[in-house]
Order: sequence, then structure tokens, then C-alpha cells
Amino acid sequence: MRSSARLRGRAVIAAAAALLPLTACTQAEPTETLDVLAASSLTGAFDALEAELEAAQPGVDVRISYGSSTALARQVVEGAPADVIATADARSMDAVVDASAVRAPTAFATNTMVLVQPSGAPQLRDLADLATVDFVMCVGSAPCGAIAQQLLDDNDVAAAPRSLEPDVRAVLAKVTSGEADAGLVYRTDVRAAGDAVAAVQIDGAAAATNTYEIAAVLGERSAPSDLAEEWVALVTGPEGRRVLADAGFGLPPEPAAGAAAEEVTP
Amino acid sequence: MSAGAALGRPPVRLLLPAGLAVAFLVLPLVGLVARTPWSDFWSVVTDPQVLPALRLSLVVATTTALCCLVLGLPLAWLLARVDLPGRGALRAVVTVPLVLPPVVAGVALLAALGRTGLVGAPLRDVFGFTLPFTTLAVLLAHTFVALPFFVLSAEGSLRALGAEYDAAAATLGASRWHTFRTLTVPLALPGIGAGLVLAWARSLGEFGATITFAGNYPGVTQTMPLLVFGELQRDPPAAYALSLVLLLFSVAVLVLLRERWLRPATGAVG
Repeated sequence: MRSSARLRGRAVIAAAAALLPLTACTQAEPTETLDVLAASSLTGAFDALEAELEAAQPGVDVRISYGSSTALARQVVEGAPADVIATADARSMDAVVDASAVRAPTAFATNTMVLVQPSGAPQLRDLADLATVDFVMCVGSAPCGAIAQQLLDDNDVAAAPRSLEPDVRAVLAKVTSGEADAGLVYRTDVRAAGDAVAAVQIDGAAAATNTYEIAAVLGERSAPSDLAEEWVALVTGPEGRRVLADAGFGLPPEPAAGAAAEEVTP
Repeated sequence: MSAGAALGRPPVRLLLPAGLAVAFLVLPLVGLVARTPWSDFWSVVTDPQVLPALRLSLVVATTTALCCLVLGLPLAWLLARVDLPGRGALRAVVTVPLVLPPVVAGVALLAALGRTGLVGAPLRDVFGFTLPFTTLAVLLAHTFVALPFFVLSAEGSLRALGAEYDAAAATLGASRWHTFRTLTVPLALPGIGAGLVLAWARSLGEFGATITFAGNYPGVTQTMPLLVFGELQRDPPAAYALSLVLLLFSVAVLVLLRERWLRPATGAVG
């Protein structure tokens, strides 16, 4: 009895070992991977660009990690193995630039804040109405939080939020799930949430836009990878601009033709 | 104690992993102390947002421990001393928050007690009262995650000690409540004490369920771990300093209670 049990055990192990190579057969091994750190508000747009790049270059695997710009910047400064970083404002990118971790960043989009509520809720007219509801916004250290606080101050709104969420998508989630009556998010997040939310324009928001910046990380070889430069070119080029505009982002003026413009012009 | 000498030297193949374990546990703490900005320490610690967070953390931790005592001791007694059908299943249910990732615990609490939750929605419709974003929500989240720690510790103690005296007390005419009060609890005190310390410590370090269910607002729901998380993004050296403060508090409590509660129960009566 004991020897048959041992034989059965060995047969199981042999079968498992024989099946092991099959795990690699599900798809072609990626020849190159690209690690992108992006502000959470870029979720839909960057996913679309990822699909385009992977379709154009099979064998390339783009891995995007979304989060709060300040947290991502800290990760790059601490040496996280990222190839590209895209932040929601210049202040977060400054931290990375100051640490000499990136090439000169490029501005590639702008965004505007709006007030959102779950669709179907009695509509607020402006920021002053926030005193009557439970609203949430981003924590002050995140780009969305800084702008939200600035808009509240500009409009003389004394009401305080019920919670300070780590990033803008967390704010949106609180509103769409019904846990908060209102939230301060980007215009692009409203488009991403579709029918679940209704937006209210904010006075002065158009003047308080934030500028998204993207940069290739220098890494250990003190030079960005070719793939990283390709991604930056994709995002700042015509295709990237189209995808970003569709998502609701504002766009900076077109770069001059033959665009290593920043180094060419004196 | 002297029997140890007769057993010979401890084997290297046990000493080596044990030494590795100690190094692994101590290294992060040493790193924390080493990277704390001592020159700015005082200014970081006296920042206006630190005191509310520290006070909230300590108050909620103590209240959590008390809630665990009030709710958990009867439950532990039930599991240890009463022959219920399905006792095993009940014990498994009690253990679930122990293995649940804290953020998942927060999501589950929202599903039950959030504004649109199973109990939270009627609560809002009838009383106009919502739990998320309140300090009470912090307490609920902490009690949810800490209760299993207390129950398991107290139950272990209750099962191991004194069960044989219940019958003797009954023949002498004591009611079950009297027996519980005067005999069972004093015998199980070390286990109960250890459970309280565990619950207190678990509450002090709780993050995921708090930020998901209760939210994050200074003075109301922002406990020390939430403050450290926020500071880590804004001002990392400040985060190190605050982490050290939290560590010192935890160590102080453990040291204070070491002799009285954390000594393993010997089983002696009285």
C-alpha cells in the first residue's frame, strides 16, 4: 500500500512538471516592458494609448500604475523602477526634477475642476451650497486637493469636507457609490463616470487649471530607454492629443514642427 | 529551568533561522530610528495636526479595547464553556475579520453600515443619521478588526483554566453568573489582559478599514496612521518622525504591561 501511494505521488509531480511549460504558451513572451507611473485622472486616456502601442508593437508590454501624483513622484525619487512618469501638476514633477531623476518634462494636457453629485440628486447651484451637504475632496498634498482648496478659498466657501481622499478617483468613487453627496473632481473624471454623476460648473475653475507633465525617467544608466521616449512621443504627438481631447483634457499649443523644440530654440 | 543545561547546546539549524528572524524584525525599527530627522523632530511633533491625531488614536484605541471587553468576553465565555450546536462554525465566523484584509473589512462595513448599506440605509431614512465620516465609524471599524484578537485570546484562557471548577461551584450552589464573576474571570485574567493589549495595539495600527469606511479628516477621523500616510506624500522626513512617535507609544505600552499580562498563564489557582 505504501509503495503504491508513493508511486501515485511521483506520478502527480511528474504530470505537474510536464504541464509547467504550458503556462508560457498562453501568449507570446513580451520582449520589452514599459513601466509607466501616471496620475489617476489619466486612467482612461492612458489605457487607450497603451492598447494602441501594444497593438502597433506586439511583444511590448506596457504596465501602467495609477495613483496620486505626489505619491508617484516620491516613488521615483526613492528609486522605483519606472520608465515614465506623468503627473497632474508641475509641483509634483518639480520634486522629481529636483532629484535629477528625469529628463526635462513636457507639458501635455490641462484639466479643470468641477463639482459632481450622484445623478438624480437635487442639484447644487454653486460651491456655496456645499455647506448643506456632505462633500469630499482630495487631500491637500495631491494636485487635485491643492486646486480644490484654492477654488474654495477663491469663492469664500467656509464649509469643510467630510473626508480628504488620497486621490481624485477615490473622491469619484465616494460620490458614485452614494457615500458622499458631492465631490470635487476633474472634468475628465465626470466623462469617465458617465451617467452615474451629474456635474456642476465652478466659478473661476477655468482660470485655475492644472498642467499635466510627462517625463522619461533616467534610471541607472542615466538615460531613458527608447521605449520610454516612444511613449512620451506618443502622448505628446497627434495620436495622444486626440485621445486626451476625447477624454476631456485641454491641450497645450501644438509643438513646433521638428519638435525637439525646447532644445533648438535659444 | 536547570533542565535546559542537561539538554545540550541549541542546534545551529534552529539558531540560525531564529537569529535571521530577530534581525528581520529589528532592522526596520533600526532604520526608522536612523532616518528620523532629529534636528526637526520637535517641530514635526508639535505641528498642529499631530496632537489631534495622536489624541484620537489613543482615545479610540482605549475605547476599542473596552468595547472588545464588553462584547468579546461574553462571546469568549460562550465559545469556551457552553456546549452550543454549531460552535465550530461560530468560532470560524468570529475569526473572519482576523484574516480579512483591512481594506476589505472597510468595504464590508460600508456595505452594511454605509449610507446605502444594508443597515445604514434604513438608519438614514428613519433617523437621518449616517455613520461614515464620524468618529463613531472609526470606533466601529477598529472594534470590528480587533474583536477576534480579544475573543481568541480570552477564549484560549477560558478553555485552559478553571473549567473543572464550574461543576464544583455549581454543586456548592453558585449560579452560573456568580461563578463567572467570582471564579472564571479571575482565573482567566492573564488571557483577558493579553487580549486587551492585542486589541489596543491592533486599533492603534489600524489603517485600511478606517480610511475606507470612516474617511480621513483631521480631528474627526484622521488617526495617526492616516496622518503618517498623508505626510509620507507631502513631507517624508516628517512621516519618519511621526512613525517613531507611534512606535515609542506602542513599545511603552507593551513594556508597561509585560510583567502583568503577557506572562503565559501557569494554571495555578488564585
